[in-house]
Amino acid sequence: MLSYALRRLLSAIPTLFIIVTAAFFMMRIAPGGPFDQERTLEATVMANLNATFGLDKPLWQQYAIYLGNLFQGDMGPSFIYRDKRVHEILAEGLPISMQLGATALVLALVLGCLLGSMAALRQNTRTDFGVIAVATFGITVPNFVVAPVLSLVFAVMLSWLPAQGWGNWNQMLLPVIALALPQVAVVTRLIRGSMIEALRSDHVRTARAYGLPARMVVVKHALRAAILPAISYLGPAAAALLTGSIVVEQVFNLPGIGRYFVQGALNRDYTLVMGTVVIVAIFVVVFNLIVDLLYAVLDPRVRYD
Amino acid sequence: MFHRTMKSALLSATIVAGMAGAASAATYMRGNDGNPETLDQHKTSTVAEANILRDLYEGLVVYTPSAEVAPGVAEEWEVSDDGLTYTFKLREDAMWSNGDPVTAQDFVYSLQRIMKPETGAKYANILYPIENAEAVNKGEAEPESMGVTAVDDKTLEIKLGQPTPFFIELLTHQTGLPVHPASVEEHGADFVQPGKMVSNGAFVLDANILNDKIVLKKNENFHGADDVALDMVNYLPFEDRATCVRAWEAGEVHSCSDLPAEDIARLKDEHGDAVRVAPYLGTYYYALNHEDEFLADPEVRQALSMAIDRVFLAEEIFQGTMVPAESFVPPGIGNYSGGSPEIEYFGMSMLDREDKAAEILEAKGVSPDSPVTIELMYNTSENHKNAATAIADMWSNLGVNVEFNVRDASAHYAHLRDRGDFDVARAGWIGDYSDPQNFLFMVESDNDGFNYARYDNAEYDQLMDEAAAETDLEKRSEILKKAEALFMRDLPFIPLLYYSSRSLVSPNLSGWEDNIQNVHASRYLSLSE
Amino acid sequence: MTDMPIDTAPRPDTSRSLWATAMLRLKRNKAAMASIVVLIVLAIAGAFGPLVAPHSYSEVYPEFVKVRPSLQPYPQAEQVIPAAESALRRARVDLGGIEVEDGKVRIPVSSDSRDLDPRISRYLDRSDVFSNAELTIDAADPKKGMMEASVQELYFIMGTDANGRDLFSRILISLRISLMIGALATAVALVIGVAYGATAGFVGGRIDNVMMRFVDVMYSLPFVFFVILLVVFFGRNLVLMFLAVGAVEWLDMARITRGQTLSLRRREFVQAAEAMGVSSGSIIKRHIIPNTAGTVIIYMTLLIPKVILLESFLSFLGLGVQEPLTSLGVLISEGAKNMRNAPFMLFYPAATMTVLLFALNFLGDGLRDALDPKDR
Repeated sequence: MLSYALRRLLSAIPTLFIIVTAAFFMMRIAPGGPFDQERTLEATVMANLNATFGLDKPLWQQYAIYLGNLFQGDMGPSFIYRDKRVHEILAEGLPISMQLGATALVLALVLGCLLGSMAALRQNTRTDFGVIAVATFGITVPNFVVAPVLSLVFAVMLSWLPAQGWGNWNQMLLPVIALALPQVAVVTRLIRGSMIEALRSDHVRTARAYGLPARMVVVKHALRAAILPAISYLGPAAAALLTGSIVVEQVFNLPGIGRYFVQGALNRDYTLVMGTVVIVAIFVVVFNLIVDLLYAVLDPRVRYD
Repeated sequence: MFHRTMKSALLSATIVAGMAGAASAATYMRGNDGNPETLDQHKTSTVAEANILRDLYEGLVVYTPSAEVAPGVAEEWEVSDDGLTYTFKLREDAMWSNGDPVTAQDFVYSLQRIMKPETGAKYANILYPIENAEAVNKGEAEPESMGVTAVDDKTLEIKLGQPTPFFIELLTHQTGLPVHPASVEEHGADFVQPGKMVSNGAFVLDANILNDKIVLKKNENFHGADDVALDMVNYLPFEDRATCVRAWEAGEVHSCSDLPAEDIARLKDEHGDAVRVAPYLGTYYYALNHEDEFLADPEVRQALSMAIDRVFLAEEIFQGTMVPAESFVPPGIGNYSGGSPEIEYFGMSMLDREDKAAEILEAKGVSPDSPVTIELMYNTSENHKNAATAIADMWSNLGVNVEFNVRDASAHYAHLRDRGDFDVARAGWIGDYSDPQNFLFMVESDNDGFNYARYDNAEYDQLMDEAAAETDLEKRSEILKKAEALFMRDLPFIPLLYYSSRSLVSPNLSGWEDNIQNVHASRYLSLSE
Repeated sequence: MTDMPIDTAPRPDTSRSLWATAMLRLKRNKAAMASIVVLIVLAIAGAFGPLVAPHSYSEVYPEFVKVRPSLQPYPQAEQVIPAAESALRRARVDLGGIEVEDGKVRIPVSSDSRDLDPRISRYLDRSDVFSNAELTIDAADPKKGMMEASVQELYFIMGTDANGRDLFSRILISLRISLMIGALATAVALVIGVAYGATAGFVGGRIDNVMMRFVDVMYSLPFVFFVILLVVFFGRNLVLMFLAVGAVEWLDMARITRGQTLSLRRREFVQAAEAMGVSSGSIIKRHIIPNTAGTVIIYMTLLIPKVILLESFLSFLGLGVQEPLTSLGVLISEGAKNMRNAPFMLFYPAATMTVLLFALNFLGDGLRDALDPKDR
């Protein structure tokens, strides 16, 4: 398995290279540039800006320069936030997004497993329907509704928690709930489904027949098998969660990096978007590797050769 | 509800500042439009930046709370008879935050810096009236050749290329703010970072956390420091206007710089006078492509304009946060003594206008039975969508069917700039300075960047040239009025609405006066318990 | 883990009756059958509702912008007089005391300066509130007259939107669009995702690695640019939107299917089939895909709402549904912006979506149970 992991890590290098290349040219084919805003710029001014940022050079040359800088760990200057370089912007925001995302992720996994198993064990009872109802609600009602409602209720009406901002633990509560809710819902549904299957499988039946305590059977045998689909889902979902959410960050005014995925793209802040692409790519590669390794750990039938 | 909100305001002020005790009632939590892209006054382009820079620096002239131009670093100034030479006398007690005196040389350095091509200044063109400035910005002349000289430490002379009656008004723009030359030389582009920035305004930069907050502290070296009531100003960037409203209602901010139009009625109901809607120097319009076969006919363009019920747009779609437009130059603008020319059909009732429009189009063979289809292009936004939907409905009665083409702002404006094909396109213009020329110049035939309509009228161009050469303000405004009359006859753009500024101001914040420039420098504001 | 019990491999010939058995079992599941009924009702509402709805989804009523849901007809009694006043304000005449009864309004009008113009009755007709306006001019004094008109009765049971369009009619048309998008985009994601994932997981080795790295690449590319490019190069078009959404959403499906396949291919029945010389294609079709069905169906019921909501973001960027058409996602996002001043604009679309999803979920569970190969 170790050699498999090593091989996978090695294959990450060409993967990243392909991602960077594809993203670079994809962005540049899109019409509009970083300086096309509501306020049209004077031609001279535009020419000066293009020269300042090297946008007047041929595209392949810009690509070579970008790649060279990236190789040395420099992601270039931001086209929009002109006082900072991309790696500084990301270094400021990423820890915040990760902190929020990781908390939400753990919450989603723990609550999801709990609720999902509970529902599966009591299939077609009131508990089951209750869990399904909550999960369905979590999936139906999107972030852009949940987040403002949370802020309205807990900050404006009840004055229990701050409506926005970052820096204190109580400013984390609402965003984490808003982030975790849909994930909890998805994990619950996935676990419930596969848990029902697992509970019917022969080895769980056998284990029960041997008279092993029910709780142990559930945790050791059934959940172990049932968690696989949830884990396949959470690999990429974790990459998305840890890199922030535009909606939650805007609604709670948080200085994470989630906003750059959409705003950066709409602003055509090429270097900043490339920065986010590189970060997402690293997360995706790493998490998918972890997920694949977890498969082998959780299910001995899975083997990589 | 206010005692509660203010209690939590203090609480959250403490939280947000992250240093219990340091924040006091004199910390102004100020909601801003969004995060500034830069704090470099020469690279700036947004209103969010202007608000902060105006607090950090003081230019030659400043805006008063009611947006009148008043002396700033320059105590007084003289204009030569030909209107070409401005001599500014700088105040003796003007100081940088590190104790250095503010000198005429600082302004020379600053004006040269903004024109250097390598600075990449987005608004350099605003100071092009200065002699040789444009050539410097194009890289065709040395910065020293600009018409800016320091006669002595406290006397600055600026020479213009041609008379510009609104030149003093131009200097209120944030691009006219000085930089501290020694800091720029020492730190390069990094002079804007907290700890490195030396400024000459009422406040100094204490912290700058991207997308979180910008903290300003009172500048004790500022010549007017005694009159500045606030100890600290925290600028909070709100990309989502509804978030600022919630934060304001929860007592976490004292003012919001913009409000969601759809929520205005409720806000006015609940918060009354705290909701400020004031006229603003901007026009929301649709550009008509004059190269389009159908739209090339001026009568067709008139008919389209006539049939738009602007009151409905202003009152229902924008909930009273915009004003129906009857001219391209917004009312209340400076140097326009007579105001915009009156257009006959705006005096008619909406029904008569519709009938007349239908009549005109019918004569061209267009009616609901034999409709034409045109494409309306707008950039993505809920309000633009609602306005476009309403206008499409109004035009459909004339037999003009509308198809929508929606793109994100960057693609939308790039398409217009690159002279891509379109029929009707939405755009808006916010004046940079209070002069009709700043609106009417957009459709001069040689204005490649802004003349989306490809309007080409030699008479119009000539009037604009005449106005530029005229130093008598009365005569000049007569000429500009003639130009606008041509504009309204030919309609390169259909003006729809004038913008309004919308703010939410806590009753505890005093000194906030509504004004057409929507400028509210923190130095004039104060907080009460 | 040597105590692993032996799985009973389903016999290949059972697949003949697989669907028949499944249908039988599904019919016994009450929740699932109820869900099918709900879904059919929603589909019919979407397909035919807009044809029979009292208002067209694109009809604008400028007098009734964002009016509250009501079972009483609009204009409501207290609105009639102000509506008449505002309609006639443009006629520049003086109004006497206005009377309203039995769906009729009577307005004495007069003018100081000039004779009444009979055409001013049109001012009332043009308003959404009145119809059949008639002006009887006083024979003795042509400066006086009596205006009569019927008062319209317009029902907005779910209120109207920001442009003054009936929300109920808009929800009906949005159902049509959203169900179409949900079904088609999910189908695209399903077909590509399951085939891709099952192949990668079954073949394994280097091919699996390359195939899954391709998925990683797709995950990492900036989605917004992808959408912007689609808008620019292909214009707005629904088919494209399905492709765009499907092209992104199959990635999760592929990863999940592959994960399941990795575990399945070591199972005895698969290895037995392999030993008997059954071709890889047949094994994937006969053994792997049916065994992943449970998880895939659950994931599908999660994917449909995701796709429906994602569509509102695509519309925002200019890809997909454009005015005056609309979708559930767009209605919900408009409602979210107006939740404080017009909560019904959020409530009704969100409630519709919730009902749709409950039905999908119960049906999904029922299908999953019905298709479970281990119960066969």
